Amino acid sequence: MIELIDLSLLLFLAVIAVVVARLRNLFAVVLVMGFYSLVAAALFTVLDAVDVAFTEAAVGAGISTVIVLGALLLTTSEEKPQPVRVMPFVVVVFTGAALIFATLDMPSYGDPEAPIHKHVAPRYIEDSGREIGVPNIVTSVLASYRGYDTLGETAVIFTAGVGVLMMIGRALRFKDNGEESDA
Amino acid sequence: MNDQIILRVISKMFIPFILLFALYVQFHGDFGPGGGFQAGVIFAAAFVLYGLVFGVEAAKRVAHPAILQWCVAIGLLIFAGTGVAGILLGGNFLDYGVLDSHDPVHGQHLGILLVELGVGMTVAAVMLTAFLCFAGRRPS
Repeated sequence: MIELIDLSLLLFLAVIAVVVARLRNLFAVVLVMGFYSLVAAALFTVLDAVDVAFTEAAVGAGISTVIVLGALLLTTSEEKPQPVRVMPFVVVVFTGAALIFATLDMPSYGDPEAPIHKHVAPRYIEDSGREIGVPNIVTSVLASYRGYDTLGETAVIFTAGVGVLMMIGRALRFKDNGEESDA
Repeated sequence: MNDQIILRVISKMFIPFILLFALYVQFHGDFGPGGGFQAGVIFAAAFVLYGLVFGVEAAKRVAHPAILQWCVAIGLLIFAGTGVAGILLGGNFLDYGVLDSHDPVHGQHLGILLVELGVGMTVAAVMLTAFLCFAGRRPS
């Protein structure tokens, strides 16, 4: 049963990807991309990665759709028709085939002997309750054991915000002159 | 969208619950899925909804850009400051165990609460800044 759900979600993702590649209306592309994120979030939930699914739904389907729609206001709503080119298609097919070939070497899903379950994961599962005392092990790994990484991620988001502010931060000025011109 | 009465009323009803859910995700991240990043995005989404329905200028008056710019930096400083506090109290950088002199586990709880707060603050402020910047622009 679970394989059926996995397969149908994956098939759905593939269909959406083809639709995005073929659509010319950029407004529709943005909305379908949001739908892609939502289906990906459902797939992550089936794979028991609820924290990842949560982020994908909130960022991919929510905020980034709105921000890209805002960016769409500044450009045209139709993509210019492009001539069909063979070389990019060959590169994409070759890369995809190589990736699928590489997955044949991966351990099967949920295999307890997989290297990722043999490295630091057992230590986190056994000791985090005593050391950190937080029931959600994902939180204790993200915020405590891997605090450096999370600090770096926060710095990346900070840098992105500063970049947006420096490039188009003038848009933050108040438009109605006079009463609120102090910002 | 000032003439859309249903949208205006429904979004006014929903925004408090979105904010409350963001706070739940923020502070319940220790027990269930969630944490600062997701909470920050949901918190920003409430203001984005307000901006979409009532206009970007109205959203700027609620989430003042000057305060947002401070929050972008303060969140990261809370995170890094928690790490530095660990050094000052005799531990390593980002070692929360020393934050509580009696029980390292309590120190870990305090440290995780603080860094998640910092992450949430920076993420919410950056998302809102990006939205306001893009939505506030008009083609020249």
